Amino acid sequence: MTVKVSSQVLAGVTVVALEGEINSTTSGGLQSQLLPFIGHGSTVLIDLTGISYVSSAGLRTLLIVHRHAQQLDAEITLVGLSEEVSFVMSATGFLDFFRIADDLDTELERTGR
Amino acid sequence: MTTPDMRERIDGFPTHRIGPYRVRAGRPFPYGATPVPGGVNFSVYSDGATTMSLVLFERGAAQPSAELEFPPEFCIGSVYAMTVFGLDLENLEYGFRADGPFDPARGDRFDAGKVLSDPYARLISGREVWGTEPDWDNIYHYRSQVVNDDFDWGGDQPLRIPAEDLVIYETHVRGFTRHPSSRVSAPGTYAGLREKIPYLRDLGVNCVELLPVFEFDELDNPRTDPVSGERLYNYWGYNTVSFFAPKAGYAATGPFGMQADEFKTLVKELHKAGIEVVLDVVFNHTAEGNEQGPTISFRGLDNATYYMLTPRGEYYNFSGTGNTVNCNHPVVRDFVLSCLRHWVAEYHIDGFRFDLAAILDRAPDGTPLPNPPLLEQLAHDPILRHTKLIAEAWDAAGLYQVGNFPNYGRWSEWNGKYRDTVRRFVKGEPGLVGELATRMAGSPDLYQGRTSSASVNFITAHDGFTLADLVSYNDKHNEANGENNNDGADDNNSWNCGEEGPSASSHVRELRLRQMKNLLTILLTSQGIPMILAGDEVGRTQLGNNNTYCQDNELSWFDWGLVDANAELLGFVRSMIAFRHAHPVLRTSDHPTGTDRVGSGYPDVSWHGVRAWAPDWADHCRVLAMMRCGRHAKSGSVADDHVYVAVNAHWEAHDLELPALPEGQRWHLFADTGTTVHPVGAEPGLQHPWRYHLGAHSAVVLVGRTADRDDHQTQKENHRGF
Repeated sequence: MTVKVSSQVLAGVTVVALEGEINSTTSGGLQSQLLPFIGHGSTVLIDLTGISYVSSAGLRTLLIVHRHAQQLDAEITLVGLSEEVSFVMSATGFLDFFRIADDLDTELERTGR
Repeated sequence: MTTPDMRERIDGFPTHRIGPYRVRAGRPFPYGATPVPGGVNFSVYSDGATTMSLVLFERGAAQPSAELEFPPEFCIGSVYAMTVFGLDLENLEYGFRADGPFDPARGDRFDAGKVLSDPYARLISGREVWGTEPDWDNIYHYRSQVVNDDFDWGGDQPLRIPAEDLVIYETHVRGFTRHPSSRVSAPGTYAGLREKIPYLRDLGVNCVELLPVFEFDELDNPRTDPVSGERLYNYWGYNTVSFFAPKAGYAATGPFGMQADEFKTLVKELHKAGIEVVLDVVFNHTAEGNEQGPTISFRGLDNATYYMLTPRGEYYNFSGTGNTVNCNHPVVRDFVLSCLRHWVAEYHIDGFRFDLAAILDRAPDGTPLPNPPLLEQLAHDPILRHTKLIAEAWDAAGLYQVGNFPNYGRWSEWNGKYRDTVRRFVKGEPGLVGELATRMAGSPDLYQGRTSSASVNFITAHDGFTLADLVSYNDKHNEANGENNNDGADDNNSWNCGEEGPSASSHVRELRLRQMKNLLTILLTSQGIPMILAGDEVGRTQLGNNNTYCQDNELSWFDWGLVDANAELLGFVRSMIAFRHAHPVLRTSDHPTGTDRVGSGYPDVSWHGVRAWAPDWADHCRVLAMMRCGRHAKSGSVADDHVYVAVNAHWEAHDLELPALPEGQRWHLFADTGTTVHPVGAEPGLQHPWRYHLGAHSAVVLVGRTADRDDHQTQKENHRGF
């Protein structure tokens, strides 16, 4: 089982869209797929609209990717969090570490300016 | 310069194979399950076992997926340790199977038919959603899980608020927000409590003491409500299943196995709000009960090590719950110490309140020890060095140690004598003026040579009447608990103010409100650490039930509708707490001596009656006034005002003569429980400089300071002063 990863560059911003479940089975593969998108000073939007569930291991993977990005002065923004994913991230404190955007278009407009 | 990647290590590779599993000899330390490169290190000890197996389950599976017997060469001393590679931590549950003798007379109760929970399990599954009926035929109920202790605390650490500055708020994680009126997103959880932090801040408390949060089974109560027929619970949770694991059923994310992250997030956010977290911990007994109880963990690993046994191998029952943990056995001492270190290091917990702590100083045969090694060890441990240690200094077998619990200069005590004296005085019993003075001064009779924070002062706690019930019921009404009203304490020192239970009489209701304020006034102006029971600030009732350990319903839950309904009482409590924080003279660490040690012309504490400087210690007297001189605040190190507190427990009003203040100062009215309370710092001056008319069953708090310019105006509004 894997998370489907697709990417495109919109308004100069890399948008990585994920689809599936991020859990202990899929998170290792996802991490190695996500890290190449993060270069020095880059801006990456991770679109979680297609993600139905993020487990404990999945949240840790996202935070590890975020920590890599910080080391490279890159910025990661999460967008498209379902209500449940958002609640779990909030209750467990993970939400506090990330930049969260409400929707893709608004975020692209912000970063494009 | 590049550094080599140290993530790959030579012990990151297996050396043995057991069935399909690749393994190697593990490390005996730390005990329990620890993620290591490539795998998990499992370590468990048993003195008497002949063989030991690691039992692995896929999460939720009825039967194990594998049993890996520890090869003899993986055993050091009596510790079995093995690293297993390639496990999926998120979907793994594990336990142990120990074979050995079954010989109860000699203390051995091995049972190879049972899968045992790891005593050091960091996480437990099996009761993830509160109150959900499990499959009772399940062969393994409380399943150990592996957790990554990798929480990102940022800059957080325990707060180290000086003990004497604490205002403790005792509450129950579930009960605080389970009521529908709480309007939080996840009622009854750690996350729900977190959403109520602004309320706690507004209230002014700076420490929450949580009823047990170590994993327990709320379903281990066999009783039902005799009237409704509904199931009764173990709602309070004083029956630990697993000592290192936070209760999953208190976490909104428990079904996802994220209770540790959720609880840590709560602690972190409370700390950000300046609020410490004290855990109520139960080391006196376990959920395994007596000979008839379930074998969960300890009984099947080393029964005679963990439990106090009679010479015939039966369980001693000093806890009143079936068994007694053998706290001063060297192995158990190590277990308790490791557990507390875990909660401080891993969860940033600020302190512990030890349930039935007198048991912690009993020897393996039950004899109280003069110098119990466990208590000494906890008092001096480096990790626990700044952790608050609070003892419930009695047990269920008659050992009562309030005032003489072995303390090593570190331990505080729940002061049961404070509770009883204040209750009896305020209800109007004679002969208590002298003892009340002693209690308000920090109980120096009990804690001579110690600081006043040795005394945790309280009027009410989870165990007993709520404050509203204390002034509404003469007798307990515990029928709903299913024991014919035989459970719960009988010596409540309560007074119903004229009618038992809810009353339509405005006289009775006003008197009750005043009595609650009187009790809280004494509590929040006494020296020592005040503790408030959650909900008392809004007059929460349990309808006279003084033992709601089993009531997971509106009898126990905090009804947030009371915040508006009893806004006057809440406003009073907020003001009293703010007053305490504003006046260091009430929070001095040293006991007062009644002498002038700073040359202020006033003793640090002085006692008064209807006449200034003339306290009446006679049996029939029911009036006491205390004056604290602000120049003595924090032993003279900070400046404060004079504070005067008078309590009239008599059924008649009295005109009090007030002690004279230094030149240029006058008395200002902070609070009168019969009339009003003023904002801290904006207290109006009294019209009459040395007289105050104090109503029946009332208390007054005055501040002595330099007269303000605007006093003239406020005097006109102050009708009670004359």
